[in-house]
Amino acid sequence: MSFDVQKIRLDFPILQRKVNGYPLVYFDNAATSQKPQIVIDSIVDYYSNYNSNIHRGVHALSQEATDVYELARKKIQHHFNAKHSHEIIFTSGTTHGINIVASGYSKLLKKGDEIIVSAMEHHSNIVPWQMLCEETGAVLKVIPMNEEGVLIMSEYDNLLSSKTKLVFVNHVSNALGTINPIKEIIEKAHQYDAKVLVDGAQACSHISSNFQDLDVDFYVASAHKMCGPTGVGFLYGKSDLLNDLPPYQGGGEMIKEVTFKKTTYADLPHKFEAGTPNISGGIAFGVALDYLNAIGIDAINSFENELLDYATQKLLEIEGLKIYGTGKNKTAVISFNIDGIHPYDIGTIVDKLGIAVRTGHHCAQPIMEFFKIPGTVRASFAFYNTKTEIDNFIEAIKKAKMMLS
Amino acid sequence: MTIESIQEEIIDEFSMFDDWMQRYEYMIDLGKSIPLIQDSNKTDENLIKGCQSKVWLNAELKEDKVAFTADSDAIITKGIIAILLRVFSDKKPKEILAANTNFIDEIGLKDHLSPTRANGLVSMIKQIKLYALAYETQLKK
Repeated sequence: MSFDVQKIRLDFPILQRKVNGYPLVYFDNAATSQKPQIVIDSIVDYYSNYNSNIHRGVHALSQEATDVYELARKKIQHHFNAKHSHEIIFTSGTTHGINIVASGYSKLLKKGDEIIVSAMEHHSNIVPWQMLCEETGAVLKVIPMNEEGVLIMSEYDNLLSSKTKLVFVNHVSNALGTINPIKEIIEKAHQYDAKVLVDGAQACSHISSNFQDLDVDFYVASAHKMCGPTGVGFLYGKSDLLNDLPPYQGGGEMIKEVTFKKTTYADLPHKFEAGTPNISGGIAFGVALDYLNAIGIDAINSFENELLDYATQKLLEIEGLKIYGTGKNKTAVISFNIDGIHPYDIGTIVDKLGIAVRTGHHCAQPIMEFFKIPGTVRASFAFYNTKTEIDNFIEAIKKAKMMLS
Repeated sequence: MTIESIQEEIIDEFSMFDDWMQRYEYMIDLGKSIPLIQDSNKTDENLIKGCQSKVWLNAELKEDKVAFTADSDAIITKGIIAILLRVFSDKKPKEILAANTNFIDEIGLKDHLSPTRANGLVSMIKQIKLYALAYETQLKK
């Protein structure tokens, strides 16, 4: 199938709107992706036609809602090639998934154990581990990166030892777009019997992941970065590891039997799904995956790479512009600064021209510290963006530069 | 001049601009030209951290008026600071406390004072008011 971006754009109602009098150019996809009509409709359809609480009622509506919700879980399982559907835990998003694992390990780790994270983590993948280390006396080690924004794997080798219990790394850096060599990271960790959690928030809508092939222990992501709704995501974990983790929250749905003496926990996945979940969100997540798969992640990836190469080349023609994150393996994210100009100023001017980019430290202050900068301007592309939009963006950057220099 | 009359004056000046570009060019010029604070006052104590840009604010009581100096690492933020200082600096604490910032709305810069911008300006205005309150209490004693 040939990739028809103009046809795809028609699926996204928001792309038709104007901002500040200009057609919207949405280059903040790493923060959240836009939603196709079919996903929006699925939420309306749920509330209009079969809204009811799942897993409990014997009545028809509850059965129907449970079936569609559980089908969404299976869609996630198949999309990522997990072995079992009960290895997919619905969460409120990536951060929630990370916290389930971190909180579980707080009971399993002991003083002197070591946790390895990468130097390019999002704050949500640093803070829980720091808290975990404070609680357990475990020690946090950091895999450094080089000037290209690429992890130095020989340093990782040096950090690994029999003390290493956990490794946490993002699949793709949100601030730089670097794709980390997670397969190699996992293989090496497993040589020391350490478990690996991968934060896939920035990866899932851009590159494909096969959990069994990667042999990853835990993987987390959010629906809203994959054309799905906000407030829903998943935690994948290998069955035996999830079974060993203590539950995260108490409440309804996560129990098997409750007496005042003792409660036995439900089996996976319900052990980690206390309370009524985001039902419409889970269902719409499933629809979003269908939508992405109909286009094809590989087709999306190659189109986005074209956009990335085109924009990179055009941006580098601007004098004084520096890109952060210049490794070979990256997704369609460009983080940059222009000499002597604050990223906030650039973001403000291009916003006036209808262009949405992110400015600031992108919740990754350690990266900004590494490059000794207050922040960057970050343009992140999706498969519904076009080269014409990139041209408009380049013109806007040039205009901002002229005004601000 | 009273705070109110300075605000009127600024609204008048901005009404001469035809579009946002001119407004921003004016603010950028303000941001570039005016030395707003002494380097010795750009201390951590005077720093207001925004997620997007940093703001430094220093206050001194000179006779019965508060003299503010301030700066930012982002030039548009600095331009707005220049406007805010023109309104609030060298005024009596009582007048500062009574004043509002509605004029920012009228000159089309409301967005910059939204808390979600996280550029430090909302905190700066709060800080200006707090200084005024502190000096007002001091003067009464």
